[in-house]
Amino acid sequence: MTTDTTSSGPIMGDPGPTGRFGDFGGRYVPEALVPACIELEEAFRGAWADSGFRTELDGILRNYGGRPTPVTVCGRLSDQLGVRVLLKREDLAHTGSHKLNNVVGQGLLARRMGKHKLIAETGAGQHGVATATAAALFGMECTVYMGEIDTRRQELNVFRMELLGATVVPVTSGSRTLKDAVNEAMRSWVASVADTHYCLGSVMGPHPYPWMVREFQRVIGDEAREQCRDLLDGGDPDVVVACAGGGSNAAGIFAGFADDTSSELVAVEAAGGAAVTTGIPGILHGMRSALIQDEEGQILEAESISAGLDYPGIGPEHAHLADLGRARYVAAGDEAVLEAFQLLARTEGILPALESSHALAWVVAASASGELPAGSSVLINLSGRGDKDVAQVRDILRGRA
Amino acid sequence: MTAVPSTHVSGTLEASLRAGRDAGRKLLVPYLTGGLDDEWLLVLEALAGAGADAIEVGIPFSDPMIDGAVIQESSLRALQRGITPEGVLADLSRVDVGVPLVVMTYYNLIYRAGHERIAGSMQQSGVRGAIIPDLPLEEVGSWAEAADDHDVATVLLVAPSTPDERIAAICERARGFVYAVGRMGVTGEQVVLADSAREVARRIKAHTDLPVCVGIGVSTPEQAAAVCEVADGVVVGSALVRRLLEGAGPEGAADFVGSLRVAMDAG
Repeated sequence: MTTDTTSSGPIMGDPGPTGRFGDFGGRYVPEALVPACIELEEAFRGAWADSGFRTELDGILRNYGGRPTPVTVCGRLSDQLGVRVLLKREDLAHTGSHKLNNVVGQGLLARRMGKHKLIAETGAGQHGVATATAAALFGMECTVYMGEIDTRRQELNVFRMELLGATVVPVTSGSRTLKDAVNEAMRSWVASVADTHYCLGSVMGPHPYPWMVREFQRVIGDEAREQCRDLLDGGDPDVVVACAGGGSNAAGIFAGFADDTSSELVAVEAAGGAAVTTGIPGILHGMRSALIQDEEGQILEAESISAGLDYPGIGPEHAHLADLGRARYVAAGDEAVLEAFQLLARTEGILPALESSHALAWVVAASASGELPAGSSVLINLSGRGDKDVAQVRDILRGRA
Repeated sequence: MTAVPSTHVSGTLEASLRAGRDAGRKLLVPYLTGGLDDEWLLVLEALAGAGADAIEVGIPFSDPMIDGAVIQESSLRALQRGITPEGVLADLSRVDVGVPLVVMTYYNLIYRAGHERIAGSMQQSGVRGAIIPDLPLEEVGSWAEAADDHDVATVLLVAPSTPDERIAAICERARGFVYAVGRMGVTGEQVVLADSAREVARRIKAHTDLPVCVGIGVSTPEQAAAVCEVADGVVVGSALVRRLLEGAGPEGAADFVGSLRVAMDAG
């Protein structure tokens, strides 16, 4: 794989007009959507260079969203694992996950482009809730596409979105999970693009989404780097760990460390949806990236306990970071994830989202195996809170009792 | 001339369609999902016999992003029968229906097979063109070169949202014909023809002499005739495939396409 395109610039920089991260990225969308993607790219470039836009976004994230989120040093868990665990607490952001950072940015951008309707896809419901929240805040209409299976797994989040004034459309095609929700959102966007912004929830899709969403999420990494320096006597964590489905929370935290530190970066995929670990390059949802697919190129269905990681692909920049070797991609299975979920609850009094529990699960395993040497400092992006998962975990654990 | 060249003899898609147009004929391009059922090749022959000027054959993909419910269902049925891209092409190589065949599929299947390899397979199967709706102008380059080398015309799409200067650039790279997207939306039947269908055809024709066929949202003989007042032809997919899903078979398909033919010839 060639990596020439980034040899001169930053590792996580501007992918340029073609939206390329090394061999990955691009804009593989129907012609009907190309003008909208070009318009969005121009609008984002303008907004991101506009201090007025940045000031307004920062103000909303601070006064409405609860930023900056703290970094918590985990005393009891660290004692138990023998490594120093720090958590970046995105679970404390408004709506309960990092997703708000992106939707406030895209909501402001939609308003700037004169679009007053938002559509979104959602897996676990966190991005759907966040988009519905931004739509309420900005007085916009909101429609969220959600796989039918996920609407059942995450019933409360469906109701939450409806309380916020959004319409939730259950998607019954294909595997009826996140992949199909993206298909349906794209189909809907083709028909509504004149007055509707597609508020994509991760660092995936056609250019400029992977880059734009990473930039909106970069605040996680920029804050965390400085917070860690305060906590670690000016040093950086040895390892930064995040879960990755589409990969937005991982991209956000990595962006603060990839170029400015020598911290090792680890992304943890769901074992049943491990695009980088087990996939091969392909094209889906507007991007070239690592995908789980068969020999002919038919996309396979991901399978994970966590609806938010139930996706056969990953953002193209992650495929590129893996190629470069700047980040490492590993996988965690459902069982280890359930254990980690309970462990954090009992040792620290924090219920992590099942998605974030993947990152924790890897840290637990790697500290036990010695892959993480005793005394290492490990920053985990706790991307969301686990309240939404409590009913599902109860059913699983009771089913075993 | 009214006789159309065989797919297995020389002659490009563009030459064939131009010949039809020059003879005063409106171009009728029905769409059929490859591998839909056991008699899909009989349907293909029936479509040619009923007056098709070319036939678009879908190679089914797991995630048909620009397709509505009918084509999604037909793709799923074909995939459940175990059809593969090479399987569709191998089937096509066994028939000679006398009109050019154009495949429609999504880019991942082309990318996984390899541009050279699948362009070669298409050529050997008598396929004269390819429509890849998720491969827009900026990304089409290396595929289009491989396709050119194998006399497979890369048909490009123009949408109602496409600005004029972009239409010019697309028409320059397009081969065979220009596929005018009739409405902003996915494939599917429409009760009323969108105003955008004729408008987009008119705008494209201001930029190119290539044949211009309107597809997406053209469902009835009346709509086909109305579109052809401006365009050179139509692509009709969901309206035909729905009938096939309902069990119309080769005869039913021929009846429907025949009714389109009559309306277009009368227009």
